[in-house]
Amino acid sequence: MSPLLDVRGLVQRYATAKPLFGKANDIRAVDGIDLTLHEGEILGIVGESGSGKSTLGRMLLGLERPWQGEVRYRGQPMPAPGSADWRKLRADMQLVYQDPLAALDRRMTISRQISEPLEIHGLAKGEDARDRVAALMARVGLRADQADRYPHELSGGQRQRVVIARALASRPRFLVCDEPVSALDVSIQAQVVNLLRELQERERLTMVFISHDLKVVRNICDRVAVMYLGRVVEIASSDRIFSDPRHPYTRALVSSVPKPGQGLDGRIILKGEPPNPASRPSGCAFHPRCRHSDAGCAATRPELAEHDGRLAACLKLGHARPVAA
Amino acid sequence: MSFVSIRDLTVAFDGVPVLHGIDLDIDRGEAIGLVGESGCGKSVTWLAALGLLPGKARVQGSVRLDGQELIGAPRTTLEGVRGARIAMIFQDPSSSLNPVQRVGRQIGEGLRLHRGLRGAQARTEVLRLMDMVGIPDAKRRIDLYPHEFSGGQCQRIMIAMALAGQPDLLIADEPTTALDATIQAQILDLLAGLRRQTGMAMVFISHDLGAVSAVCDRAAVMYAGRIVEANDIDSLFAAPAHPYTHGLFRAIPDLEAGRARLRPIEGTVPDPRALPAGCAFAPRCDAASSLCNSYAPDLKDQRSGGAVACFHPVQSSLRHMTQQEVPA
Amino acid sequence: MIRFILAKLARAFLTILLVVTFAFVVLRLSGDPAQVLLGPDAPQDAVDAFRARWGLDDPLWQQYLAYLRQILSFDFGVSMRDQSPAIDLVLQRIPATLALTVPALILKLAIGIPAGVYAALHRQSVADRGVIMMSIFGFTIPSFVLGLVLVLVFAVRLDWLPSGGQSSWRHAILPIATLSIGGIGILARFSRSAMIEVLGQPYIRTAMAKGLPWREVVWRHALPNAAVPIVTLIGFMLGALIAGAVVVESIFSWPGIGRLIVVSVANRDLAVVQCLLLVIAASMVVANLLVDFSYGLLDPRLRAKPAH
Repeated sequence: MSPLLDVRGLVQRYATAKPLFGKANDIRAVDGIDLTLHEGEILGIVGESGSGKSTLGRMLLGLERPWQGEVRYRGQPMPAPGSADWRKLRADMQLVYQDPLAALDRRMTISRQISEPLEIHGLAKGEDARDRVAALMARVGLRADQADRYPHELSGGQRQRVVIARALASRPRFLVCDEPVSALDVSIQAQVVNLLRELQERERLTMVFISHDLKVVRNICDRVAVMYLGRVVEIASSDRIFSDPRHPYTRALVSSVPKPGQGLDGRIILKGEPPNPASRPSGCAFHPRCRHSDAGCAATRPELAEHDGRLAACLKLGHARPVAA
Repeated sequence: MSFVSIRDLTVAFDGVPVLHGIDLDIDRGEAIGLVGESGCGKSVTWLAALGLLPGKARVQGSVRLDGQELIGAPRTTLEGVRGARIAMIFQDPSSSLNPVQRVGRQIGEGLRLHRGLRGAQARTEVLRLMDMVGIPDAKRRIDLYPHEFSGGQCQRIMIAMALAGQPDLLIADEPTTALDATIQAQILDLLAGLRRQTGMAMVFISHDLGAVSAVCDRAAVMYAGRIVEANDIDSLFAAPAHPYTHGLFRAIPDLEAGRARLRPIEGTVPDPRALPAGCAFAPRCDAASSLCNSYAPDLKDQRSGGAVACFHPVQSSLRHMTQQEVPA
Repeated sequence: MIRFILAKLARAFLTILLVVTFAFVVLRLSGDPAQVLLGPDAPQDAVDAFRARWGLDDPLWQQYLAYLRQILSFDFGVSMRDQSPAIDLVLQRIPATLALTVPALILKLAIGIPAGVYAALHRQSVADRGVIMMSIFGFTIPSFVLGLVLVLVFAVRLDWLPSGGQSSWRHAILPIATLSIGGIGILARFSRSAMIEVLGQPYIRTAMAKGLPWREVVWRHALPNAAVPIVTLIGFMLGALIAGAVVVESIFSWPGIGRLIVVSVANRDLAVVQCLLLVIAASMVVANLLVDFSYGLLDPRLRAKPAH
């Protein structure tokens, strides 16, 4: 399989908004990530708020320029945002994000919203565009009579379908979904997850699925990368990561998901605070919350290395042969 | 007589009914989960009970606390109940704290109101509460402002504030929804521990069935302003009887299962302004008959335990079948 | 903290410099003081002598540099009209202006904020509607119209109050009313919406759920939060006070700096106008600094975060 997307040494940093008093701080939202994404695969990215998932997603799409490192799409470097090449690429890659109401223009009908990318990229006009919109609506499970409705007249799940239809209008090959079902109720969430899976299977889309909902990620993703403070700490197939997590953070994360019909027993309760990118601990960023950590963890930053068919970045996983990711 | 007893509680906003007669009893020390999707009325029930709904809300029915009627009670009565007998914590801890007041003072308010503690005495008690809910280094942080705490810590502070009045009942309204997974686990752990320690009753409102089953003895499932099923946790999860409960359980992806296609409940929650004539779930229900389309079933106690509001509850044999189907 | 204050002061200094420069350029380019002061029929040699006397023949940038040198040594020039120091003329007039603007400001705060807060706490009531109507009335009527109407009613028709002059406290009533009514309306309207916004916040529900009596919810939780946007508006109002004074002092022949501006501009009395603008700019800058600092006092989120 040829890699669709190849990411090397990606770093993004932001200066925090300067407070009224005091000094602005530098924050490394993403701090050295290597990734390869194959055509037709769904990669899940999980992690807590502040782990850099969304920043990574935006850099994969070329919506943000990395401070260091590079993203190659089909072997070519990502063009600069705003350039003509970059604009051409927009039809090829799309973003679906969390809040469908914010993503849609309140004053435009559903069919107008969906046909907009067709006009922007000059893909279809008039009768042709209308047919395409109808086909897209049918494909995401919207009724034809909803074409002239406005976003506020639809339910949350239907709005997310509109957002997905619009994202698919330009026939993209690569989709980044940033928390696409987090705002939806359980029964509706399942509808949208199934829709995304069907679309992906039918069109062999490549997808990055960013979510903090591990159960959904488990269901939809082929491979999962676990992020902590801007770095990937473990990456493996979905089956492996959820049945046999190795990195202490992944283990805590997986065990923290409450299972219906089970009490609190046997769960790993992490001590301490969620990661704060503004004050990154030395060495392994997870060490202050890790029950296995020792002095070495505070001093040395672990790199991703192969353990039992997955890559994990932890000094306590025994001596494994480091590999290039 | 139960500790809290809700009878036929209804709420309407601008003439649109959103709660259609809730009956619920809570015993001392018991933990009960209220489960349901957004807009089903699970939070409104308790905001109505405590008189915290905006003025345009029309509340009818009865909520009795140790026999004392709360619906229509004078404001001073309600103020004596809030925080002292029944405390409440909310979904978004960061915006639920006053941004311009020090956290120590916010926790101390409840101590002054309900326990008459002031000055140094109150401060000592605030420190003890902050310690109890697991805020490290409370002495140094008592005079900080909410924005100087993380979301999880803000929820701990909310919990400390709720504990200040030594309530008999804690209403936790989606207390972990806005928090990250590992922090959710911490807060659930804390709530369960505090309940053991203090013996207070708890109502845990959540759409997260996993979280509910982790901290509750019993749960009630709500749909479109009604309780459709209530049972103890184990029976509810082992054998959901209402088709909605059943569908809800099936729709949740399972962390331990493979990548089988999810089974959503088709359709959407009905608009409260245009509810179906009969059972509100009928349009989305596979088992619905013409009876369901004309009449709304009442919540009836079942011989096998629990209560269900359905003319055609899911049979246990059928339940078995569907459970076996899942892995396929 | 010190860095912050220095940055603020630097910005304040820059603001004043810009105002002074702008005034200088506009005044020089918009008419010849010699023509205005000496009259159109003045003989040419008198005009030339006047121009030489005031340095008006030098190139503009030389005049500007000379002027800057002057004000940096706190010499604000003398009036072209009667040779008295410009700064004295301005300082003489300030008490009269303060006698109008300070009571007007106090009235705005003392009536506008409570009215708005009361309306917010009693939404949809008769009082609420009354406040909304009065405030629309207050801020839609321009002050020159309002001033004239007040004069017409209370001075001309009813003959209760004098229409102009400064000889007794009764003379101040109409000008102060004219100055404050619009501001009261704006402040009432704004306080009302700020308060409504705050009352809808989750922390208000938290305070109520705690069992706090409603009065305490309002005083301890709602008002301190509503104060932040209201202070912003008060900052703007401080700035607008002088503009209001120009109009009102003209209508009521009140000898404050507002009238001095009008007269000096009409006469092209450059030194006086520049001195006035300098004083006004300085007072606005100070007002803005006060507002900025009070933000920090009112809202801890705008203060420095201790490193931890």
